[in-house]
Amino acid sequence: MRDRSFDPTDLAAGVVFTVLGLAFGVSTLGLERGTALRMGPGYAPLVLAAVLTLLGVLIVVAGLRSRGVEGIGPLAWRGMAFLLSAPILFGLTVRGLGFVPAIFLATLLASLASPRLKSWQVLGLAVAITLFSTLVFSYALGLPFRRFGPWLSF
Amino acid sequence: MDLFSNLALGFATAATPLNLGFCLIGVILGTLIGVLPGIGATATIAMLLPITFQLEPVSSLIMLAGIYYGAQYGGSTTAILINMPGESSSAVTAIDGYQMARRGKAGTALAVAALGSFFAGTVATLLVAIFAPPLTAVALQFGAAEYFSLMVLGLVCAVALAHGSFLKALAMVVLGLLLGLVGTDIYTGAPRFTLGLPELADGLSFVALAVGVFGIAEILRNLEGGQGDREVLGQKLGGLFPSREDLKAMVGPMLRGTALGSALGILPGGGAVLAAFGSYTIEKRLSKRPEEFGQGAIAGVAGPESANNAGAQTSFIPLLTLGIPANPVMALMVGAMIIQGIVPGPNVATEQPALFWGIIASMWIGNLMLIVLNLPLIGIWVKLLKVPYHVLFPIIIAFSSIGVYSVKGNAFDLFAVAGFGLLGYVFLKLRCEPAPLLLGFVLGPLLEENLRRAMILGRGDPMVFLTRPISAGLLVLTLAVVVIMLMPRVRRKREEVFVEGD
Repeated sequence: MRDRSFDPTDLAAGVVFTVLGLAFGVSTLGLERGTALRMGPGYAPLVLAAVLTLLGVLIVVAGLRSRGVEGIGPLAWRGMAFLLSAPILFGLTVRGLGFVPAIFLATLLASLASPRLKSWQVLGLAVAITLFSTLVFSYALGLPFRRFGPWLSF
Repeated sequence: MDLFSNLALGFATAATPLNLGFCLIGVILGTLIGVLPGIGATATIAMLLPITFQLEPVSSLIMLAGIYYGAQYGGSTTAILINMPGESSSAVTAIDGYQMARRGKAGTALAVAALGSFFAGTVATLLVAIFAPPLTAVALQFGAAEYFSLMVLGLVCAVALAHGSFLKALAMVVLGLLLGLVGTDIYTGAPRFTLGLPELADGLSFVALAVGVFGIAEILRNLEGGQGDREVLGQKLGGLFPSREDLKAMVGPMLRGTALGSALGILPGGGAVLAAFGSYTIEKRLSKRPEEFGQGAIAGVAGPESANNAGAQTSFIPLLTLGIPANPVMALMVGAMIIQGIVPGPNVATEQPALFWGIIASMWIGNLMLIVLNLPLIGIWVKLLKVPYHVLFPIIIAFSSIGVYSVKGNAFDLFAVAGFGLLGYVFLKLRCEPAPLLLGFVLGPLLEENLRRAMILGRGDPMVFLTRPISAGLLVLTLAVVVIMLMPRVRRKREEVFVEGD
């Protein structure tokens, strides 16, 4: 591995914290700060945001001074794309399509995150999980979900 | 004596067929998921948390506690069989446990771990029963200033015990506190950080945060590729029952581990991990044949396993007496209690004695179930280890989605899961521990509320934190932790310990 004169993970982490600290800080500006005796809704958030920003800057400085042993490493792009969209898809469809189709679609999407499953396996897995969770959550535990939603009734 | 009547009440509550059933389900589910590769106890509880919301408060907490012990137990099983600790506290068990397994003594290692855990669990449960009532009495004297100082101490300890750099852990705590403040201000009703979204008026969903940061982020890391399916031990397990010599070799380490674990478990911020490491070091020092450590020494399994289980048990003390979580799992329990409408704190013991003592009694019952069930069932757990990961994670995603949605029937929480999953993954890649974030998130609103109350009571003078003796004592302790943490020798040692742990 190439020898760096700085630690990339520290540097990136510091930047993330600084940005988050500033963002939180800016959004407290519209809130009433109050006094130390009677703190308003903006008091603690502003102090915390300032501390977070400061810590972010300190981490950047520490990152510039230390030598990085390892980089950030490979990123799970495919995983992020499919895995993170699965709960979103479930959230978007569970009302309209109903529980059964929503969980089927979400599982289908999630299983695509790994390249190691063949398409028939993905389908089989999604069917099995849908069956199981419908039986367990909807019938056995009696969670109040509509199994098939209004989008499917004609 | 009160202790016995209290324990009797506890057992009467915990031993109803219904609660026994939920304890059993919890223990089995916990072990099941704890054994599956790539998911630790925190993620397991975060995922299964929503399932328990349909139950009565007592049953729900009993089941959650069962999941916790089960997952811990499952974690040690994988540590021994495939050298893959389910979580950091069983990392030490992996060192000698796996070596024992390689020499055909896997059965003995598992039995030693189980017996050690059971013994430690029994002692620690008794300690919780003895010490919880006097501590709640003390806690009832606590005012806003004391609570504030105590939480500051807790958060500082969490930073001290987190892996990696202090600065990053501190930043994670502060970020957690800020995230905890999202929502409507309780005093003035002013919306804070809600970005104009009505869904954020009640604050961020605790379950969504826990599932995203601990569950989804961990799956993403496992999906990076580069690691194939884990090699499961091909050899036979060997006899389960330890020989007379083995038993003799484990008594001392077990006793010392239990004592160490019980003491350190009360510390906020993951005392169980520290206890396991500490116990291993002590046993190695005391041993007549220290060269055996690392080659499959029984003491290297019995000591840390007892320490870790005792610590897991006594970490309930701050939760039950003060309502303050000592580690991420306890933070999840606080979340569960709040959703169930129970305000965690010293009042639980007096207002809901059945709940309070029922949980304590169920700890012991849960440990008993684990030892009775798991030794015979070990064959099944071994088979489970062979389930490939790419089949597992879609199941986890499905269950987490259903679970998060079932809390409030709110689609927004599912978007939050995705968001927190991404955030958690980014932080994992940047080597920032998620545990302090979760603790900060849970404590954020409490910390602010007590700060504001203390300042009003103290007429705006911050000296109120120093003039009240308990509060001042806690702050002095906090300062001591900070000073110790910054000492160069401790700093180096701490880094060594956690590098081993990874």
